[in-house]
Amino acid sequence: MASYAAYFRRKLNLTWLLMKRSKVSYLMIAPYVLLFFTFTVLPVIMSMALSSTYFNLLEPPRFIGWQNYQRLFLEDDVFLIAVKNTFLFAAITGPVSYMACFIFAWFINELSPRLRAFMTLLFYAPSISGNVYMMWQLMFSGDSYGYINGMLLKYGFISEPILFLKEPQYILPIIILVQLWLSLGTSFLAFIAGLQVVDRSLYEAAAVDGIRNRWQELWFITLPAMRSFLMFGAVVQITQSFAVSSVAVAMVGFPSTDYAGHTIMTHLMDYGSIRFDMGYASAIATILFLVMIGSNKLVQRFLRTLGD
Amino acid sequence: MIMRLRLKPHKINRSLAGNAMIFTMLAFGAVFMALPMVYAVNNAFKPLDEIFLFPPRFLVRNPTLDNFQDLMNLMANSWVPFSRYFFNTMLIAVLGTLGHIVLASMAAYPLAKHKFPGAKLIFSAIVLSLMFAGEVTAIPNYMIMSWLGLVNNYAAVIVPAFVFPLGLFLMKQFMENIPDAILESARMDGASEFQILWKIVMPSVTPAWLTLILFCFQNLWGTTGGVFIYDENLKTLPYAFSQILAGGIARTGVAAAVALVMMIVPITIFIVTQSRVIETMTSSGLKD
Repeated sequence: MASYAAYFRRKLNLTWLLMKRSKVSYLMIAPYVLLFFTFTVLPVIMSMALSSTYFNLLEPPRFIGWQNYQRLFLEDDVFLIAVKNTFLFAAITGPVSYMACFIFAWFINELSPRLRAFMTLLFYAPSISGNVYMMWQLMFSGDSYGYINGMLLKYGFISEPILFLKEPQYILPIIILVQLWLSLGTSFLAFIAGLQVVDRSLYEAAAVDGIRNRWQELWFITLPAMRSFLMFGAVVQITQSFAVSSVAVAMVGFPSTDYAGHTIMTHLMDYGSIRFDMGYASAIATILFLVMIGSNKLVQRFLRTLGD
Repeated sequence: MIMRLRLKPHKINRSLAGNAMIFTMLAFGAVFMALPMVYAVNNAFKPLDEIFLFPPRFLVRNPTLDNFQDLMNLMANSWVPFSRYFFNTMLIAVLGTLGHIVLASMAAYPLAKHKFPGAKLIFSAIVLSLMFAGEVTAIPNYMIMSWLGLVNNYAAVIVPAFVFPLGLFLMKQFMENIPDAILESARMDGASEFQILWKIVMPSVTPAWLTLILFCFQNLWGTTGGVFIYDENLKTLPYAFSQILAGGIARTGVAAAVALVMMIVPITIFIVTQSRVIETMTSSGLKD
C-alpha cells in the first residue's frame, strides 16, 4: 500500500510541475473554457439536476426523485407519440442523409474541378440558406395556389387540393423530405474534402492488384481510407436527425394535427416555454441528451470496425 | 501544411455505364436541391397576377421588382424600420464571428501544439458536445442568461456563439498540420506563445479561419434571437422574415423576395471561401 501512496504522490507532484510549466497554455485556453463551461457544460448538469425536481420558475425547485420520469413513460401518451416520431424520423433521415452526403460527394468527386465546385455549391447551398426551406411550405400549400397541388390538379391526379400540411399521413413524410433537403451540410463538405485526400497511389496499386470497377474500389479502398471522415460525418448527421423542431414547427405548425409532427424536441418546447413545467421539461431534455450521445457512441463503435 | 488537392479525376476502373448512371443520379439530386431555390428566385420576381395564376407556373414570364418594392413599403411602414433589423443581424453576426475566431484560435493552438495536463479532457468534452444539439439545454441556458442579466441583450446571442464547438474542433485539427520545427525556431528567437499564435500560426491557417467565418456567420445570420431577445428594436432579420411569411398567401411574393435577400449573403460567402473551406475540411476527420 505504501508504495502505491508514494507512486500517486510522485505522479501528483509531476502533474503539478507540468501544470505550473503550462501556465501560458492555460491562459490561452481559459476564456474559451470558461464560456464553454458556462454555456454548454453547466446547462447539461443543471438539466440533469432539475429533472428530479418540480420547478415552475416561481417557487424554488422541489426535489421529487424519479417522478418526472415515471410520469413521462407511464402517463404521458403524447410523449410516447413524440418518442415514436423522433425515432422513426431519426431512423430515416439519419442514415439516408448520411448516405446521401457520401454518395453525392463521391459522385461529385468524379467530375472535373470546375463542375465539381459548381455541384458542391448547388448541393451545399440549401443547408446554409437559412429560412429558404419555408419555400417548401409555399410549394406544399394546401390550396390550389400551392405549386404541388396546382400541378396535381392540372394533370387531373386529384380533383380537390390536398391539405398536405394538415393531414396526419402527409406530415411526417413532408418533414422528412424538407429535413433531407437541408441535410447536405458540414459532413457533405467533410466527405468532399476527404475524398480528395485519399492517396491516389492506392488506386493505382489496387488496379494492379485486380480491383476491377469503381464499386470494388469504393468498398476496399475509399471507405477504409475515409474512416475518420465517416466518423466525423456520422456525429454531425446523427445529432441533427434527433433535433428536429424548428423545421417541423415552421412547416406544420404547433401542435400538429394528431401530433403527427410531434417530436421529443417539440414536446420539450411545449413543457419548457409554454407550460413552464421546467422540471418535467428537464427530464425530457435529459432523455433526449442521453439518446443523442448513446446513438452517437453506438455508431462510432460500429464505424470503428469498418475495414478491420 | 500546404495541402495539394487532387486536380484531375482519375480514370482507372471507370466504365461508361457507371459514368452515365452517376450523371443521371447527380442530375436528379441537383434538380431536387435546386428546385426550392429556383422557386424562391422566380417567385421573388413574379408580378401578383402570376403568383395567383392557376395552374401555377414555375418560371416567371414578366419579371418585375414589384415584390422588392412591396417589401420596402412594408418595412418602411412597419413599427421598426427594416434597416434596424438588418443592423441587428449584422451586428450579431459580425461581433459573434469575430469573437468566435479569436477565442477558438486561442484555445485551439495550445490544444493542438502544447502538451499539458487536462488537454485531453477538454478536447473530449468538445467532441462530446458535438454529439448533442444545443437546443436540448434551452431551459438552463435561459436561466443562466437571466442570472447574468443578459436576457434581451445582443450578448445573449453573441457570447454563446464564441464557443460554438465545431469551430474549435476544425481549428485544432487544422493547426495540428503545422510543423513543430517552425514553432520551435520561433521560440529560439525569443517569441512568446502569443506572438507565435498571432504572427506565425494564424497567417498559416487562413483556410481554417475562413471556414470558421462561413460557419459562424451563417449560423448567426439565420438566428431569430429566439427567447433571448423580446424587444422589437433588437429583433433580427429572420424574425422579420417569419412575420412577413405569417401574413399567408397574400405575402407570397414579398416572402420570396426576403428569402432571396436572406440566402444571398451566406451563399456569396461560401462561393468566395469554397476552396479554402474544402481545404480545412481535409483535416476534419475524427480519429479513434
